[in-house]
Amino acid sequence: MLNNEEDKTMKETLIIAGFGGQGVLSMGKILAYSGVMQDYEVTWMPSYGPEMRGGTANVTVVISDRKISSPIAHQYDTAIILNQQSMDKFEQMIRPGGTLIYDTNGITRHPVRDDISVYTIDATVECVKLGNAKLFNTLVLGGYLKVCPVVTLENVFEGLKRSLPERAWKMLPQNEEAIRHGAEIIRKVR
Amino acid sequence: MAEVEIKQENLVHARPKLLRDNLMHYCPGCSHGTIHNLIAEVVEEMGLDGDCIGISPVGCGVFAYNYIEIDWVEAAHGRACAVATGIKRVHPEKMVFTYQGDGDLSAIGTCETIHAAARGENIAVIYINNAIYGMTGGQMAPTTLLGMKTATTPYGRDPRLNGYPYKISDMLCHLDGVCYVTRQSVHKPANVRKCKAAIRKAFENAMAGKGFSLVEVVSTCNSGWKLSPVAANKWMEENMLPFYQLGDLKDVK
Amino acid sequence: MKKDEVKLMKGNEVIAHAAIRYGCDAYFGYPITPQSEVMETLMELKPWESTGMVVLQAESEVASINMVYGAAATGKRVMTSSSSPGISLMSEGLSYLAGAELPCLIVNCQRGGPGLGTIQPSQGDYFQACKGGGHGDFHLIVLAPSSVQEMNDFVADAFDLAFKYRNPAMILADGAIGQMMEKVVLAPQRDRKTNEYIAEECKDWAACGRGEERRPRNVVTSLELQSEAMEVINKRLQAKYKAMEENEVRYEMIDCDDAEYVIVAFGSSARICSATVELARAEGIKLGLLRPITLYPFPKKPIEELAERGVKGFLSVELNAGQMVEDVRLAVNGRTKVEHYGRQGGMMYSPGEVLEALKEKIINK
Repeated sequence: MLNNEEDKTMKETLIIAGFGGQGVLSMGKILAYSGVMQDYEVTWMPSYGPEMRGGTANVTVVISDRKISSPIAHQYDTAIILNQQSMDKFEQMIRPGGTLIYDTNGITRHPVRDDISVYTIDATVECVKLGNAKLFNTLVLGGYLKVCPVVTLENVFEGLKRSLPERAWKMLPQNEEAIRHGAEIIRKVR
Repeated sequence: MAEVEIKQENLVHARPKLLRDNLMHYCPGCSHGTIHNLIAEVVEEMGLDGDCIGISPVGCGVFAYNYIEIDWVEAAHGRACAVATGIKRVHPEKMVFTYQGDGDLSAIGTCETIHAAARGENIAVIYINNAIYGMTGGQMAPTTLLGMKTATTPYGRDPRLNGYPYKISDMLCHLDGVCYVTRQSVHKPANVRKCKAAIRKAFENAMAGKGFSLVEVVSTCNSGWKLSPVAANKWMEENMLPFYQLGDLKDVK
Repeated sequence: MKKDEVKLMKGNEVIAHAAIRYGCDAYFGYPITPQSEVMETLMELKPWESTGMVVLQAESEVASINMVYGAAATGKRVMTSSSSPGISLMSEGLSYLAGAELPCLIVNCQRGGPGLGTIQPSQGDYFQACKGGGHGDFHLIVLAPSSVQEMNDFVADAFDLAFKYRNPAMILADGAIGQMMEKVVLAPQRDRKTNEYIAEECKDWAACGRGEERRPRNVVTSLELQSEAMEVINKRLQAKYKAMEENEVRYEMIDCDDAEYVIVAFGSSARICSATVELARAEGIKLGLLRPITLYPFPKKPIEELAERGVKGFLSVELNAGQMVEDVRLAVNGRTKVEHYGRQGGMMYSPGEVLEALKEKIINK
């Protein structure tokens, strides 16, 4: 998150990258809708086409209090990395001083950069404990929001509701709980 | 010529009211005029002239719109069935038909034809097969018979060089969206009458929402074949009809 | 903007919603990345049950555009959408639509080419969209959205212009605008035009049947074998294009009032360049941005005026190898420097990269 103290502008450029099925795109959508609830400008730009068939999926979310110039970035303030391929690709694309959050599950080569903040969140393991794999992305989202509170929790819950079809609203309470719980299980590495 | 009063009992054939006064551009002996006549009669008899939209092709039939007093849309080469689909989908209550030659329908327009048929579009297709490209000067068509001489098969169609002629009407019969396929001709009065009944049936199917109907009319091209009208008719009977046999190919009740 | 009305949607999804809400009569299309969400959304929304809009998946783009041609020939509001390779297949149909003077909407969500190319965003189809995109002397009306909101707005604008001039109109978007989600307020639902309304509105040309009163028949065609008559038709078309050039030019100017340098950019490229303007201004460089909204008719006059006023140089920034730059050069007409900066193959530039290019190609040269 870039908070410019002089002109009080806010802009967060985030990439969420992992496997298809982890809820990467919908995590981005919840966050983007949360930004809408907070009267921010948002863009949500997915990876699309055959590259998704290979199993990896990523989405770039930009949240800002001003008009967003490009939905595609070359450098990210924050990267949420959920598999090894994404670690290999995106660790180098975080700006100096930026943030990397990753789930250690399945990661064989951990991040090496020392000019960024690094956090882990063991959401996969936590899902197993909770017995509900569907809470994976909201757990991670909760961890992210603890580290980068770009939107209020109230707006996140509203964004969560707006990003889901009405038939899925019965799942809201447990997802809200997962967002809260995610904030508790994120750990700072450096 | 002085006006002659024709008594009703002597009237064998009158010009259909929907046939316009324009002088036809077709060659003497061409079948197009006869088939236009039949379409005009059918549209008139069914009372559809206010609700009918014809789609003319690229080929000799391109100017069909000059001759029948209904609304027309002139399509790009081969695309008549797609154009007809577009019209029929937004005007399901209207009579929509295409008028296409063998080059238009069964060469460049094969894809559009087959898919309109497969979708079971409620349109009627009048398909004129004279085994040659007339408008462009007598080149080989997909329907050109083996050994037949054209501007692009000057030594006769050779299957090793040019492939084989094919019968798209027979192929279309296999599609579930197709309700009626028939092969007719207009070289004799009896055939003209049968052809008219076939066109009428195709139009009735389209209006009843029964699916895709196609009336193939095996025809001559005396200019392209370089034969007199009479000789062309004879050549057609002896060479075309054994390969393109007349009769109903599919008729779903 | 009321919060409840604000939706978060992909540009492609918005096209589908906007079409239904405009009262579009029919959509004919064929899947291709990165625009398939247009038809997918339409099929999901089932407008045939609500407004009566027809949605049909055709067997090819060739068929789609000819279905559009047929339905448009009856005076209905019809559309298709595709991406670059699909638009190439439609180019024959575009020429016939323009020749027969049929109004319709085509959406091109551009991807990189040539050939099968890439599925990533590009602006490589500027020439194709603005200089014909088919045989013969004709123009499409071309609108270039640079936001998801404009994907909504331009559907109505494009249909209105298409009917005003009886000419096909294109929304020239790209993979970025089509795929990204952004805030949007959708237009209110309008009624579809009735058959009776259309029969009266288009009675001079639409082939929708002569009707009960048996009005004089209409023939929709682009064919005229008499050269003299065909030239008259061509002149009529050109007069129409001239009227568009006089009346329909749309553009946006950002910080151009005191600008010493001006970037000309459209669509997603213009968004990036708006940030370049901010970067440049922070460094004390007086940079402005002119964003053509109509690519045809092209905003020639405002560029001419900027050049006349003493702008020191123009940079045309495009996601291609240099296409619109030719129109910028024609407008500037030798008064000052005009250069191009672009990326290709689905690559996008950053605002800073564009600023560096401006310095290298214009300011320090």
